[in-house]
Amino acid sequence: MPETMLKVAGLHAFYGESHILHGVDLEVRAGEVVTLIGRNGAGKTTTLKSVVGMIADRRGSVAYGGEELIRLPSHRIARLGLAFCPEERGIFASLDVEENLMLPPALADGGMGLDDIFRLFPNLKERLRSQGTKLSGGEQQMLAIARILRTGARFLLLDEPTEGLAPVIIEQIGACIGELKAKGFTILLVEQNFRFAAEVADRFYVMEHGRIVDEIAIADLDQRRTDIEAYLGV
Amino acid sequence: MDFFGIPPQALFGQLLLGLINGAFYAMLSLGLAVIFGMLNIINFTHGAQYMMGAFAAYFLLQYGGLGYWWSLLLAPVIVGATGVVIERLMLRHLYKLDHLYGLLLTFGLALIIQGLFQNEFGSSGLPYRIPQELTGGQNLGFMFLPNYRAWVVVVSLAVCLATWFLIERTKLGSYLRAATENPALVQAFGINVPRMITLTYGFGVGLAAFAGVLAAPIYQVSPLMGSNLIIIVFAVVVIGGMGSIMGAIVTGFGLGIIEGLTKVFYPEASSTVIFVIMAIVLLIKPAGLFGRVQ
Ligand SMILES: Nc1ncnc2c1ncn2[C@@H]1O[C@H](COP(=O)(O)OP(=O)(O)OP(=O)(O)O)[C@@H](O)[C@H]1O
Ligand SMILES: [Mg+2]
Repeated sequence: MPETMLKVAGLHAFYGESHILHGVDLEVRAGEVVTLIGRNGAGKTTTLKSVVGMIADRRGSVAYGGEELIRLPSHRIARLGLAFCPEERGIFASLDVEENLMLPPALADGGMGLDDIFRLFPNLKERLRSQGTKLSGGEQQMLAIARILRTGARFLLLDEPTEGLAPVIIEQIGACIGELKAKGFTILLVEQNFRFAAEVADRFYVMEHGRIVDEIAIADLDQRRTDIEAYLGV
Repeated sequence: MDFFGIPPQALFGQLLLGLINGAFYAMLSLGLAVIFGMLNIINFTHGAQYMMGAFAAYFLLQYGGLGYWWSLLLAPVIVGATGVVIERLMLRHLYKLDHLYGLLLTFGLALIIQGLFQNEFGSSGLPYRIPQELTGGQNLGFMFLPNYRAWVVVVSLAVCLATWFLIERTKLGSYLRAATENPALVQAFGINVPRMITLTYGFGVGLAAFAGVLAAPIYQVSPLMGSNLIIIVFAVVVIGGMGSIMGAIVTGFGLGIIEGLTKVFYPEASSTVIFVIMAIVLLIKPAGLFGRVQ
């Protein structure tokens, strides 16, 4: 079995007075695509943000490659080779597309070159001079993923990359994730689009009320289908 | 030749004065805009820091034997360093709070700094000489242009445009702009945003000190030189709109010139014209001429 890259244990997170995560435990092994599913407000985004250090008040343990992250500021965490793609995409309005793409500094060698990026996302190449937020929703999502591929990060945290996108674009993003997986990237994904997640993920964690309540391997997917539907309330 | 019965000497003389004042408005409001963008704090200490720049030049000459050119280089660094200390010790605790707290703290600091200088040096000005190389002037035919004043206009314009270029056209500037929008995400990309914020404050304060050194030979060095100026500069900032770099530069120079012209055509209004414009702008476009609505 491949080594564990990320090990989250007893993770609590707070926004001011509100206690959001109540002891999250999860593990991601090298080269895996692991998907976090759960209803709105379950704490999926908060989990990703806690891992990358964007939640100031977090307790418990987050270990990456054996190193404890829980006390590190987020810029130090990123430099270990983790990159985060936020749910709201986080494209900067005061930067053009090229500046947005080039913004995240290189974290390690082996980042994807611009040629590869434009092969994956040809739309971006034609829009380099546009204001970042003038792109369509789909293009903004591509840009948000593309800019973290440049950095050489080997561990990607993607928060709902298909949210609000047309089927063709979802397919394109699915192909991209497949390619990244083939290249050996490790990915922790948050997804509401279960059909999409089922195509790319190795394993699922189900989150409810700030806790992990179940873990499902892709092989058991069919026999667990009714459970999953219950979890997601569909 | 005259314009509406105004002799050209008077007209161009006032235009030049307006341009000089505008240069200071522009440099100071630019620093305020840069600081506000990154720190979300309205830096009321700015006028005192401008005054500290002028005093730094005075001290460097009195006690270090270092002249104007050295001061132009060293005073911004020294005063900027005091800004770094203020940011590390005090301002950084306020970022999550309402603007009002930053405003009150920096206002209090301004009063303390000014009080200390006033205690030590009284309220009258200390002379600071124009550097040898820039004494004298040019007779342009229609007016006499003192070299030092021409230098102030040129160098402040250059500094303003260089700052604009740095922020709007460079990689470092893209970090600054991005961090103004979403500091948490920029930091999560691996950029040390807290340090960038500290240095930005140091830079803004350094810019004020630089303006102070430029002002020393024109206005004399006095503890109150900043407090008189900063009121107008805040009006300039309100008119231009908080946070816009080019807006600060254009509004600064523009209002200086308007003020100068008012002195020629309607002297009674020259000291209030900027505030009248401020009131009108606030009524018509509350976010300022170049401001983005938040
Ligand atoms: N900035 C915040 N301040 C206070 N509470 C917050 C904040 N952000 C999120 N929360 C709360 O934390 C809980 C978990 O939110 P989170 O965004 O992690 O959920 P999620 O599982 O990602 O939901 P979704 O599927 O809608 O994206 C929610 O109850 C939410 O209201
Ligand atoms: Mg979410």
